[in-house]
Amino acid sequence: MALLFFYSLRNLLTRRLTTVLTASGMALVVFVFASILMLAEGLQKTLVETGSYDNVVVIRRSSGSEVQSGVDRVQASIVETVPEAASGPRGRPLVAKELVVLITMEKREGGSRANVVIRGISENSFLLRPQVRVAAGRAPKRGSSEILIGRSIEKGFQGADLGKSLFFAMRSWTVVGVFDAGSTGFSSEIWGDVDQLMQAFRRPVYSSVLFKLRESSGFDRAKARIESDPRLTLEAKRETTYYKDQSEMMARFLRILGFSLTIVFSIGAVVGGMITMYASVANRTREIGTLRALGFRRTRILAAFLAESLFLGFLGGTAGLFFASFLQFFTVSTTNFQTFSELAFSFSLDALIALKAMAFALAMGFAGGILPSLRASGMEIVDALREA
Amino acid sequence: MLLKLVFRNVLRHKLRTGLTLCGIGVAVLSFGLLRTVISAWYAGVEASSANRLITRNSISLVFPLPLSYLERIRGVEGVKTVSYGNWFGGIYIEEKNFFANLAVEPRTYLELYSEFLLPEDQKQIFLRDRRACMVGRKLAKRFNWKIGDLITLRGTIFPGNWEFVLRGIYSGRDNRVDESQFFFHWDYLNESLKKRQSVMADQVGIYILSVANPERAAETAERVDRIFRNSYAETLTETEKAFQLGFVALTEAILLVIQLVSFVVIVIIMAVAANSMSMSVRERLGEYAVFKTLGFGGPYLAATILGESLLLAAVGGTGGILLSFPAAKTFLHYLGDYFPVFSVTPQTVLFQGLATLAVGVAAAVLPTWRAVRVPIIQALGRVG
Repeated sequence: MALLFFYSLRNLLTRRLTTVLTASGMALVVFVFASILMLAEGLQKTLVETGSYDNVVVIRRSSGSEVQSGVDRVQASIVETVPEAASGPRGRPLVAKELVVLITMEKREGGSRANVVIRGISENSFLLRPQVRVAAGRAPKRGSSEILIGRSIEKGFQGADLGKSLFFAMRSWTVVGVFDAGSTGFSSEIWGDVDQLMQAFRRPVYSSVLFKLRESSGFDRAKARIESDPRLTLEAKRETTYYKDQSEMMARFLRILGFSLTIVFSIGAVVGGMITMYASVANRTREIGTLRALGFRRTRILAAFLAESLFLGFLGGTAGLFFASFLQFFTVSTTNFQTFSELAFSFSLDALIALKAMAFALAMGFAGGILPSLRASGMEIVDALREA
Repeated sequence: MLLKLVFRNVLRHKLRTGLTLCGIGVAVLSFGLLRTVISAWYAGVEASSANRLITRNSISLVFPLPLSYLERIRGVEGVKTVSYGNWFGGIYIEEKNFFANLAVEPRTYLELYSEFLLPEDQKQIFLRDRRACMVGRKLAKRFNWKIGDLITLRGTIFPGNWEFVLRGIYSGRDNRVDESQFFFHWDYLNESLKKRQSVMADQVGIYILSVANPERAAETAERVDRIFRNSYAETLTETEKAFQLGFVALTEAILLVIQLVSFVVIVIIMAVAANSMSMSVRERLGEYAVFKTLGFGGPYLAATILGESLLLAAVGGTGGILLSFPAAKTFLHYLGDYFPVFSVTPQTVLFQGLATLAVGVAAAVLPTWRAVRVPIIQALGRVG
């Protein structure tokens, strides 16, 4: 068997140009397949990591996102008193009443406009989001027109530099700090004092109330309490669920796009593989006859040719994944239509995606090789030896 | 002689030729579909008119403008008609039944958007009934709505359940018009808001204005913005085209990915076609040596190989282009909810043709080089 295996390998080496062309066709398909999976994964990872499991977001019922929500001051203070909330410094409940609005800013590259989230934060906002830390400068003082910008905003938008100021809502806001929130959605936000922002935007209502649960299992009780209170028209969600819901539409779009593309593309690559393998069988008819005459069984011949084709697929898969892995250095910034705001996320490669891509490459190799291999193994010794 | 040789060579390996053709066809087809997706993205831009301007709050679209601006905008020199509306963002039963729904001032809106064709009798009733709504032909078909039906939307921006009576079904003047929108009376929204949530009442999302002279649109836009400068709701006025392009720009990154991928498919098929050509050439190296011995020069050999490659590409490509039209129709049937306009444009066909040509040429390059360069002795002495 080892002999036949090397026979196959040597054959790929002999027909180098063909091998390279076929494998690179497959590599491109694997590349596309992997990159789109990585994109969808990166998007979901960003939004899932954005939330903490023990945090609860309270927004107006059926508004879907903070941007559309409105929670008036009375309702917000009722939520503030839920007994399930953990307590923070000085024994006060760990609750943050926040404002979320969108402003239009120009991108650094191309100058096109995009919607950026401005979040009005309360004292507890930082405590509730330990993943956010100030990377440069300092946090804004309460009651001042100071803002803190996320890493992705600093990178992507014009005028967003430490020490400069941004003009919106008829006021000039000084950028006093840049915060790093890892690969979470907060990196694409601007934070400022909630009361100042509410005043400037003339928005008398909060957008959401966020609190941390005293104990994780208290969620259902807190949810029932908030949603059945006749004074409130609000709904409560775990922060993780809230962000996951927001990524659903786009992730689904990316997946549909990705799968339909790869299926179509793989037809091309499988055809390429089939052409190669058929030619390789046709060219070696005599050799196959000789092998059979020497006593190699049909199944062995079948296995040898299939191995050759699978190896082609493996080469393609490896090359495709190799190049796809470089995509991890790129960040994509686009509008999430569910929130209508800009979100930066990167390609993310994990073992599962690598495995899927490799399985896909091998499947392509198999699909391209099975028919030619069957033909090779089905040959009669006499006919094969007599040919050409 | 040359042509005959090319045809004979193409038909020598029927299976290989068939597979290659099928590969090229699929690639050109998918290239065409991807290009069509991109042009569908720009459908809103294509459908916009040069003499319409959009005025919105300069902070961002989520901030409204006061209704009191109406008269002041109407008074601006060069402005003909002014309409206004709000993005309602209502959900019909479930979130996945997404469609655009807007509250508009109906009389002026229909005047501005003369490409929405509504039968006269339906129009009269629609204008008179404050709870009336008007939907596009495609949308009505999607949910099987009939004139007189009661439709309930759940508000996301404006809370509560909102009931409408279907009074009109419009169709587009040409196939660029989006026939999957839902319009209702702005007054209905506003009156209800006054009762339920008075802070949100008398607020307008966007003003739509028509200008008498499209060449002076920029000037008119500037005049409108100047009136409200330094007021608490500053405006940003731009042509409808620029407004729609702004939406496209939001998803630039995705668009770029699709564009890149559409080229990748062409590269894949180049590799496949080049592979099948190089195999053919390898098998025929002996014959080429004979040709050379007989005195045929390099250019002649190159012509046979290039001719064969171009013929393959042309047949496969034509097949792909022809299949694009029924494929786009099927696509529209299933994904019409996401892409209201989806048709193959002449430009797409042109691109497909160019891609086919590129595949034909690229596939012939390496094999030709090889056939022309190989020494006669080596080619004749070669085995299998």
